[in-house]
Amino acid sequence: MPHFAYVLHLADNCIILGQRNAQWCGNGPILEEDIAMANNSLDLIGQARMLYQYAAELKGGLATEDSLAYFRDAHDFKNYTLLELPHYGPLVGYAVENLDYSVTIVRNFLFSTLMVLMWEKLQHSKDTRLAAIAAKSLKEVRYHLRHAHDWLVRFGDGTHESQARAQAALNHLMPYTQEFWIQAPFETAAYNANIGIDTLDLKKDWTSLVGDTLNEANLMTPPGGGYLTSGKLGLHSEHLSYLLGEMQSIARAHPDGVW
Amino acid sequence: MNTKTVQTKTLSEWPLWEVFVRSKQGLEHKHCGSLHASDAQHALQMARDVYTRRQEGVSIWVIPSNHITASHPDDKSEFFDPASDKIYRHPTFYNIPNEVGHM
Repeated sequence: MPHFAYVLHLADNCIILGQRNAQWCGNGPILEEDIAMANNSLDLIGQARMLYQYAAELKGGLATEDSLAYFRDAHDFKNYTLLELPHYGPLVGYAVENLDYSVTIVRNFLFSTLMVLMWEKLQHSKDTRLAAIAAKSLKEVRYHLRHAHDWLVRFGDGTHESQARAQAALNHLMPYTQEFWIQAPFETAAYNANIGIDTLDLKKDWTSLVGDTLNEANLMTPPGGGYLTSGKLGLHSEHLSYLLGEMQSIARAHPDGVW
Repeated sequence: MNTKTVQTKTLSEWPLWEVFVRSKQGLEHKHCGSLHASDAQHALQMARDVYTRRQEGVSIWVIPSNHITASHPDDKSEFFDPASDKIYRHPTFYNIPNEVGHM
């Protein structure tokens, strides 16, 4: 079922980053950003819902948006590893005051740039349902990109501290973007069926868009390479199961709960 | 740096902006609140996130709060009280023809 897996992959990306960014709710660096990041999460969770509802129909049987989001375990999730990582640099502790907004902003920037390009193309998918979801999501993700871009330029072109943090976040996260360009079998199948896209076709535009912003922000593009993650194949970092534990616990404790 | 230090610094370093939102085409922009931001574009973006989340608006203005000159509460008596016994300034002494509708 490559079609189902492809839609599920898109849905998982949205919900995992949505849940991750929601961690700022109540902890935001300033009130306005707290609200902005909650908006961002709600957009992503809204996109995930449309995609899960569609995926559930494709799967058939007893599948629902809730069963897909709340009753699958980490190895069944097909999101990019990038999206599940905590809001910290590589070796920082886990306390709330160690949350680093530059990691949040850099990740949102790298991912939103990809999604603007991806939704633009998916608007023309042969799958009209997916095309409609793409058109709706594109507007939201354009704003996410604008938000992340503006903050990244402020950080990079800001104080010594903000610049160093933004550069560290970039160096930390950039290797994870390699996963964008390696086609999973379900992506290849969806591409061959004119449903999905070949993300490799987006790489050139993505690289130049990212490069332009980094230039504007006085940040250096980190050298390529590094460990290649395979989150979309279900091989995740240790962070995903904690994230899912928090996200899924209520649904699992009250499986028939309605609210 | 903990959250409290950041908040205090933000308040002291970022100027205050007044936010005006137009709820529909054709209506006027109405004052709806204020926020701290580092510059005008930044203020605009924050205003979008804070004040138009529930489809409240189709257009936003932000204005530096220090560019607003306000009347002083102590001047209330000489500014506003003299108008209170001049009801003839209200256009209430004639009937509006039905054809005019809402005015």
